[in-house]
Amino acid sequence: MDTRTGVKVDETVAVAPGGLAVPPERRLIAISPLNSRRWENFKANRRGYWSLWIFIVLFVLSLFAEVIANDKPIYIHVNGKWFFPVFATYPDTAFSDKQDPNLFGTAADYRDPYLLDLIAKEGGSMAWPPIRFSYNTQVSKPPSPFPSKPTWLLNEKDCEFAATHNFAKCGDLEYNWLGTDDGGRDVVARLIYGFRISVLFGLTLTIISSIIGVAAGAVQGFFGGWTDLLFQRFIEIWTSIPSLYLLLIISSVLVPGFFVLLGILLLFSWVSLVGLVRAEFLRGRNFEYVQAARALGVSNTLIIFRHLLPNAMVATMTFLPFILSSSVMTLTALDFLGFGLPPGSPSLGELLSQGKANVQAPWLGLTGFFSLAIMLSLLIFIGEAVRDAFDPRKTFR
Amino acid sequence: MDVSADKLLSVRDLSVAFGQGEREVLAVDRVSFDIGKGETVALVGESGSGKSVTALSIMKLLPYPSAHHPSGSVVFKGEELLTLSEAQIRHVRGNDITIVFQEPMTSLNPLHTIEKQLAEILLLHQGLTGEQARARIVDLLGQVGIPDPASRLGAYPHQLSGGQRQRVMIAMALANEPDLMIADEPTTALDVTVQAQILKLLKDTQKRMGMSLLFITHDLGIVRKLADRVCVMSKGRIVEQGPVERVFTAPEHPYTKQLLAAEPKPDPAPPRPDAPVIVQIDDLKVWFPIKRGVMRKVVGHIKAVDGVSVQLRKGETLGVVGESGSGKTTLGLAILRLISSNGPIVFLGKTIQGLKFKEMRPFRHDMQIVFQDPYGSLSPRMSVSDIIEEGLWVHHPEMKAAAREARVIAALTDVGLDPETRHRYPHEFSGGQRQRIALARAIVLEPTFVVLDEPTSALDMLIQAQMVDLLRDLQKRRDLTYMFISHDLRVVAALASRLLVLRNGKVVEQGAAAELFKAPKSDYTRALFAAAFKMETAPEGVVSQ
Repeated sequence: MDTRTGVKVDETVAVAPGGLAVPPERRLIAISPLNSRRWENFKANRRGYWSLWIFIVLFVLSLFAEVIANDKPIYIHVNGKWFFPVFATYPDTAFSDKQDPNLFGTAADYRDPYLLDLIAKEGGSMAWPPIRFSYNTQVSKPPSPFPSKPTWLLNEKDCEFAATHNFAKCGDLEYNWLGTDDGGRDVVARLIYGFRISVLFGLTLTIISSIIGVAAGAVQGFFGGWTDLLFQRFIEIWTSIPSLYLLLIISSVLVPGFFVLLGILLLFSWVSLVGLVRAEFLRGRNFEYVQAARALGVSNTLIIFRHLLPNAMVATMTFLPFILSSSVMTLTALDFLGFGLPPGSPSLGELLSQGKANVQAPWLGLTGFFSLAIMLSLLIFIGEAVRDAFDPRKTFR
Repeated sequence: MDVSADKLLSVRDLSVAFGQGEREVLAVDRVSFDIGKGETVALVGESGSGKSVTALSIMKLLPYPSAHHPSGSVVFKGEELLTLSEAQIRHVRGNDITIVFQEPMTSLNPLHTIEKQLAEILLLHQGLTGEQARARIVDLLGQVGIPDPASRLGAYPHQLSGGQRQRVMIAMALANEPDLMIADEPTTALDVTVQAQILKLLKDTQKRMGMSLLFITHDLGIVRKLADRVCVMSKGRIVEQGPVERVFTAPEHPYTKQLLAAEPKPDPAPPRPDAPVIVQIDDLKVWFPIKRGVMRKVVGHIKAVDGVSVQLRKGETLGVVGESGSGKTTLGLAILRLISSNGPIVFLGKTIQGLKFKEMRPFRHDMQIVFQDPYGSLSPRMSVSDIIEEGLWVHHPEMKAAAREARVIAALTDVGLDPETRHRYPHEFSGGQRQRIALARAIVLEPTFVVLDEPTSALDMLIQAQMVDLLRDLQKRRDLTYMFISHDLRVVAALASRLLVLRNGKVVEQGAAAELFKAPKSDYTRALFAAAFKMETAPEGVVSQ
């Protein structure tokens, strides 16, 4: 008797003599009512729903980082020809029909005032990205030694200092919304690129380690016995290796790049889902509908994929946002310690460590802190909403 | 019994609603009834009719504020209960009104001894401690018929049988000598033999202590045996109430009439001694080894099925009965080769014992199974049509999509479901409909032999009768051979042509059902029948306690 949980479907609902008013159509991608109910539940959690949208918008924007923050124009139209410097490299001679002794045919530097003047003289037009710096562009006219303040924070005293110490005058500055770091690079640009690389890294790591973890858990849970026993002991030994130290050692031997780091972190991150999926499979393989499938003569592989995996996916889906945020954190931590991505690459961890090294420049530390805090909070809010949406007990509310 | 003279509990216009706004669901709709002192009132109805919710709202045990009462009053000994604060109602709960739940497995805390659990109640409501409390606990356990209570004080719930656990629950409910005990399907999870014992205990205790009893059940047999008055509930309303004799002999409301007529009609397929043998097993054994020690040495066996020989002919129904743990289901699974066993199994003239999973596949479309739990036996993530189709994919991979669909539609029509519903998912169906889907999955392969593992146990009375009719109808139309496993002897009597009585994995007796029901040979079978049909207890030692 489960009358306490609510009211059940009426006995005659689906067998009405006249049949259903509108028979449901078979679509190519049918969203099962279970999933659509979950989606409704997810939407009902306003915080998680908005977090998801904000996160998606930020992520999609950051995917187009090259046209948002770059030291190259998006297009140049000169002498009847179109150039797209963001996507292709052109020699500087390409922009002039005449022989100019100051152009050498090397890759064009669009921050060079001479080249810009030349294009303007030829009657060309160009469109710049909203932020005219890439992650590795050095600001050429700073008002102070690096790191320099956000431009809108400059006051009389700073201008005076710039004038007396041979720095760029206040009227003649490039605009740095969040200042520059100690390498003279625009913080906003680095933030956008850093966010992208963090999320991409996190997503890749999450997806690959989930695939490995689910597969390992499925094999253990479904076959049980010796397979399970040996695998479990192996995982116990594996997880008892202090992974951070190993990471430090490996990254001092190998040149750390995106994929090397991914590989190293993958060595340890796949374990997190195994226990969960294994438990789901251990539970699921004795369900009556699995027994029924066996009685029908369905093969093991098919039982795993059709009957058991969908169940385990619920647990996996619930954990994914949390794994994603922990992956992002791991990368940030490694970057902060200086064992992460190669020097010069944009990364939030590196921004934080700069903030630590330059306490007199709070815009570095604060930017790093807030961007990480907001990103991780969004992920956690999404994670909470997903978890609640998959919670079967919520459906009776 | 004089009812009007002194009312103990009076429920007036009580409604219960869950949820808020558009999602509000009315579970109980303006019910009114009284319980007199020393009286037994039964609330009957199918699942979802609101009987448990009604009972729980008397004690304010519903999940407030998600549940609320749009109307009504509950007056107990002159006091309105619905408006009491949580602290005040706590004083009434467990003291004046107590409750015994259905599931004895989960209503006791598995980590505490029964002494500790009983002592907690005595301490809370009477302030008894130490020796005094212990003496009272031994007394209580003795009252509810736990043998040698002093030695069982340190026992944990898992060391007791289901019946004993329910006795402990009753002892807990009796501890403060309540005026009213609410029993929420206390025997549904128990065997018929144990059920008879618990019912007897409840009746005796009630007489001795003069308390009132509100008994919630879906089983009309129990109502007739136990109650003074009965309230019939349907869809949240009490459609009829009155003295048991009157309601049973002259029901007024059509729903009550329907309910009373819902007994499965006995019309079993006749035994056919000349028909070809479908299944033959000889001295079949399923032993699970007990391993101990570091070297996992086998020290003994749990003999789930111990030397069973059966012959089943085409068109017959073999009823397999026995208490829980007697090996009924194990026997069914072993015959279908879903668990490993010892001893020859001959199916359609071929030995299938020892065949590998792949070698078994050609036989699978001839042997099918329907499970007990309509909620667990259908994958929640597949549509009905996918579920039914699955077997066709395995056995007829060359079949065209249109042909497959036609088979699915035919199977659904056969089990009395609207084929248009085939793209829906299992959770949109009720228990009875799900069981029909499970049946459709089995018959879509056009099997010869179907094992029915308690297919009606989880269903309501009305649906049970429909299911029995459906099974019989299918058997006639398709010349099916059934192995019908059940502890519900009324259903078995309606279907079985031959009967196999199991106890502890061994055959107690077997033979033609008609004769066996008339003249059982063994004490065990007699006790089983008495408990099932008349709810009478057997002398000690014949059945498990």
